[in-house]
Amino acid sequence: MKHLVIALALAPTLVLAQEQPVDPYTQSNANAGASPVTGATLLEAFHGKAGLDRVVDDFVDRITTDPRIADVFKSHDIVRLRRTLKEQFCYLLNGGCDYTGREMTSVHKDLGVTTAEFNFLVEDLQAAMDREQVPFAAQNRLLALLAPMKRPIVTR
Amino acid sequence: MSRRLGTLLALGLGLLAADPCRAGEVVNGGKLLLTGGVTTLEGSGGGGLATWATITGYETPEGIGANVHATYVRTPDYEFRAYGAAVGLYDRVELSYTRQEFDTGDTGALLGLGKGFAFGQDVYGAKLRVVGDALYDQDRLLPQIAVGVQHKRAGQGAIIAAVGGRNDSGTDYYVAATKVLLDKSLVLNGTVRMTKANQTGLLGFGGNKDDGYSAQFEGSAGWLVSRRLLIGGEYRSKPDNLAGLKEDDWFDLFAAYAINKTVSVTVGYADLGEIATFDGQRGLYLSLQAGF
Repeated sequence: MKHLVIALALAPTLVLAQEQPVDPYTQSNANAGASPVTGATLLEAFHGKAGLDRVVDDFVDRITTDPRIADVFKSHDIVRLRRTLKEQFCYLLNGGCDYTGREMTSVHKDLGVTTAEFNFLVEDLQAAMDREQVPFAAQNRLLALLAPMKRPIVTR
Repeated sequence: MSRRLGTLLALGLGLLAADPCRAGEVVNGGKLLLTGGVTTLEGSGGGGLATWATITGYETPEGIGANVHATYVRTPDYEFRAYGAAVGLYDRVELSYTRQEFDTGDTGALLGLGKGFAFGQDVYGAKLRVVGDALYDQDRLLPQIAVGVQHKRAGQGAIIAAVGGRNDSGTDYYVAATKVLLDKSLVLNGTVRMTKANQTGLLGFGGNKDDGYSAQFEGSAGWLVSRRLLIGGEYRSKPDNLAGLKEDDWFDLFAAYAINKTVSVTVGYADLGEIATFDGQRGLYLSLQAGF
């Protein structure tokens, strides 16, 4: 009985934790929008895959609650965003992951993201990397890979 | 020119007062920390001595930024002061005004100009970002490139004429290229300036040795230590137009610190060489900037 209560209590969370279906697309690491770094030093600076996942979790928590940009993600599948961002960053940092998400242009085409909003998002990522105590130079190496994505992301 | 600047400032403030909702919305403060650069001693967005291709202020293409600055350089025999205001429109256009004072202090008496004699000039600047993005284009070699003018009107026309200067006003034209190498945390800039200015114009324009425009170079290299701190050095070549008064190229070492998006402080050590027969003009460079 006690187990049933717990199961019932968890049920809505489990439903929420599932990703919503998306239209079919071709999966490819080319969708990640940049080529990965070589070597292991950058991933080490992020404290490995575990540290990188912590950064992404904190980053997603921040952007979905940051009053300056939270509206952008309002009707977004945050579960999927969290997973695909972890894959994308892990792929870019040469962590041996494959990126299974969609490419940058189609994902962002209807969001109407501005330059300022893109920069606020970068600030949230910087804050998340600070919290993980990723050294500034290593933060910039990841940001250097992400910076050109402003072109497909910022559409107005 | 200053009237036009006033009109644009008023327009800018009018837009800021407008209802900040979506569609036609003006967003301010959207630029990343330090990426608006600091203010040069000629009032343009850049480093200390060198003008950069960056547009001043913290605005993005959706907004307007502005700042005021005060700059002070103390060398053994002179004191230099500059203060002014600049506005950045949509991260595309920069308009600036700066007043420069070059105080000869006790040295004025030795120069026969009288103790406390001061040269001065007004510098009106306009800059247009033409192509490229210094920060985001990390997958391209192309830097951010801007073109600009600085129109300068110096006082003390009689003294300028007496030392061999041809004019007490002149206009500099420049092309600036700025690139952030983010994966190396480096900021690089190179600027070519067509100018006739003697000591940036404080001693007039053109001279008895050379009265034509010459191409001069300004270079900066900086290392981003943190999001708030940029340290680096600059070099600026200068014409040598006056037969009687040798003029040297300038150098500096600087640290620019952004306390927040409102206030930044630049502290440096500037080597201004020989000015008006007094050599070894090296000393403190201090600049404060406040804006949004």
